[in-house]
Amino acid sequence: MKQSALNPVQSTRSGGWFHYLANPGRFQRVARPTLPWLAAFSVVLTITGIVWGYWFAPADWQQGDAARIMYVHVPAAWVAMAGYAALAFCSLLSLVWRHPLADIAAEEIGPVGAGFTAVCLVSGSLWGKPMWGAYWVWDARLTSVLILFFLYLGHIALIRAFDNKAHGYRAAAILALAGAVNLPIIVFSVQWWNTLHQGNTISLTGPSKIYITMLYPLLIASLGFYLSFITMVVARMSAAISERKTTALLRAAAEQTP
Amino acid sequence: MLTPKRRRLYLVLTCLVCLGGAVALSLAAFSSSLTYFLSPRQVAAKAPPVGQSFRLGGIVQVGTVATSVANGTPTTHFAVTDGRAAVEVIYSGVLPDLFREGQGIVAIGSMRPGGVFVADEVLAKHGADYMPKDVEQELKASGKWDPRFGPPPDASAWNDMKVKDNGT
Repeated sequence: MKQSALNPVQSTRSGGWFHYLANPGRFQRVARPTLPWLAAFSVVLTITGIVWGYWFAPADWQQGDAARIMYVHVPAAWVAMAGYAALAFCSLLSLVWRHPLADIAAEEIGPVGAGFTAVCLVSGSLWGKPMWGAYWVWDARLTSVLILFFLYLGHIALIRAFDNKAHGYRAAAILALAGAVNLPIIVFSVQWWNTLHQGNTISLTGPSKIYITMLYPLLIASLGFYLSFITMVVARMSAAISERKTTALLRAAAEQTP
Repeated sequence: MLTPKRRRLYLVLTCLVCLGGAVALSLAAFSSSLTYFLSPRQVAAKAPPVGQSFRLGGIVQVGTVATSVANGTPTTHFAVTDGRAAVEVIYSGVLPDLFREGQGIVAIGSMRPGGVFVADEVLAKHGADYMPKDVEQELKASGKWDPRFGPPPDASAWNDMKVKDNGT
């Protein structure tokens, strides 16, 4: 009975591809061979971006070498936010469509996303001291990212807080979705309010305010960070599915022995 | 008749819209306290009472910086402006490296009688423009940009400019 929960019967109702992806067994068959490639690309891109940024890209006109912290800080911040968006999306899938894989993904995104948020906060703090003159200020951008970090921590704790896993998934999904209102606040904080944090350098709609040989390593490092995030989450999900399968098999075996 | 999935979807979306609206209204209501600093214009319109600590932010006005050293501590007089109003600031202590004419700064302190702002701490707020020193020099030499008077021209004008030295 436990095992059938891992391979739910496909529904013939709308959203067939959701159900196709939601099958943990199928996920394992796709994830296992893909993981080494994902890992290799993330390591190569991250190292390329950071080495280029730290040793070959030009220093900034006003901040000098201190601006090189951006090759870690900015990708970490982007991934922290994208990770939370993914967490909120999984929570929606979990609450509305009850996809078992979405619950597993939500459980495994939490710690990885919190890690990237911590990298963003620490690197930003180390950047703030030499440039602004303070490790930390309570402006809207810094505070909203700190709230993002606490939302991740709350989600990590809540999803593991119940003996009945389904209750934890439900409660944590509600927390993750409610916390998603923080994402636009982080993005627009530097436009809506006066902040000590700088405004946006890179814009999707207008021209970016960064020299081209500083932009390239930044984008490559970001791609590396995104792929690292995906690699870590997929590896954790794959391990979690294997663990569940093992537990279910052991329990079944224990039930059979008289 | 709604399927259970549809019903849950609409329920979740309704909750999110309500929550989003509530948060947006609260943020709009508390907007003034979410702002990290007051601009000189806001101070000119309604200055906080003398002695009450607040943060003043703006651009260091060109031609107003004067530093004197007494007992080994530098004291700097300068004016902070937002283009419409200016507030005179006095600060005793070492300024951040990025402090210069035309730079954005945030000063933490309070007003004294006579409309002078005495700062206990000065933080530098750097702009969002990243370019090599060579490009800055060339823009300055060609008269296209003076960092003392606002942000650089559109990035498309300089982000493929050739530089002699790609390192530090």
